Amino acid sequence: MIEFRMPSLGSDMEAGTLVQWLKTPGEPLKRGDIIAVVDTEKGAIEIEVFNDGVLDRTAVQPGEKVPVGAVLAFIRGADEPAGAPAARPSPPAAERRISPAARKAAEELHVDLSAVDGTGPGGSVTRADVERAASRRRPAAAPAPAADRTAGMRAAIAAAMSRSKREIPHLYLATTIDVSRLSSWLAAENGKRTVDARLLPIAPLLKAVAHAIGEVPDVNGFWIDAAFRPGPGVHLACAVALRDGGLVAPALHDVDRKDVDTVMRELRDLVARARAGALRSSELADSTLTVTNLGELGVETAFGIIYPPQVALVGLGRVVQRPWVVEGRVEPRPVMTVSISADHRALDGRRAGQFLGALERWLQKPEAL
Amino acid sequence: MTRAEITAVVLKALSEVAPEIDAASVRPEAPLRDQVDLDSFDYLNFIVAIHAASRVDIPEADYAKLGTVNDTVEYLARHMASRSG
Repeated sequence: MIEFRMPSLGSDMEAGTLVQWLKTPGEPLKRGDIIAVVDTEKGAIEIEVFNDGVLDRTAVQPGEKVPVGAVLAFIRGADEPAGAPAARPSPPAAERRISPAARKAAEELHVDLSAVDGTGPGGSVTRADVERAASRRRPAAAPAPAADRTAGMRAAIAAAMSRSKREIPHLYLATTIDVSRLSSWLAAENGKRTVDARLLPIAPLLKAVAHAIGEVPDVNGFWIDAAFRPGPGVHLACAVALRDGGLVAPALHDVDRKDVDTVMRELRDLVARARAGALRSSELADSTLTVTNLGELGVETAFGIIYPPQVALVGLGRVVQRPWVVEGRVEPRPVMTVSISADHRALDGRRAGQFLGALERWLQKPEAL
Repeated sequence: MTRAEITAVVLKALSEVAPEIDAASVRPEAPLRDQVDLDSFDYLNFIVAIHAASRVDIPEADYAKLGTVNDTVEYLARHMASRSG
């Protein structure tokens, strides 16, 4: 029997409200199935399961608000009898793995570790678990009206960004890149395509970021418990501004393994679902690097704030025509300023600079993206 | 398709990508970008929607000609007329 818990959909999430179960006890489940819908500051999120099995029983009713890590349901193996006890009860604090950072935070925040649910590998207790437990203990703020999602999202963004600026020593680098080859390639490609198959520049740009990560993987991952943990894939969070205010950054998964058409198709779907409030839990939980594209708003250079526990954020500026020296002659060229904000605990300026160099090289061969 | 029908197609497509707008209050002669918050995905979806309804092919190079509702209606009407003529 597996305990299925409320997932953490980003470091700024503390709790979620169950809206509805989409499976009933006794129903078979496959990895990736949507089992429930949970309401968070980021909208109604479809929650996926990560194990095959059978839904044994639910532990939370629609309308209940529960913290991250709380048991939502029990999933049994296909051969297991119904109603068996959970095979993985929370081990006593003494037997559990507790990171040094979590112990230090527990001391500072006066949190009883035995009462903290661990959401790290193997149920280990991380610093984030302790911080969540401490924040739950504080008197609750006056609840915002249910309709006022924007205020809740603002508060979540404020918490994550404040934590980032408080904890992460950011370094910022930028470089201006000649994108004439990319622009010509895109114009030629789109000239051959029907309207609904056309590419936006962001699709090849994300592919170029993924290729550059392949050369400098240090930018793709997390800083957890005073160590860099490489990302399990290239899952790029794409910052999407919502029409009624606020921002979400859902992940486009495995960008390195998809062609540019697939990236474009999936990104259109992702942006549409982000705006409709219909994202999936995995899309909010496991991004490994964030890309923000403010160029469309006329911004030439964007230096973003890293979304913890990620270690870097890439900013894309707008394409502008500039005089550019090419083989000793000045020519008008479309150029774009690309930046990286990096966590100096995890990587230094040299590696961040190498990443921008790799990105520039990839943008000079758009047909290979 | 009459000009009024084409206008309805354009406003419906606009309402789909920007549901917060009041289609009746969009000034047809004023630049769309000053009245509606459209990013590149919204704009692509807008073009896809008017293409689907009118069957007029709109090359990327012509996007700049669709700056207002009036311009868009004019563009579609002209291309539909040349197709049927």
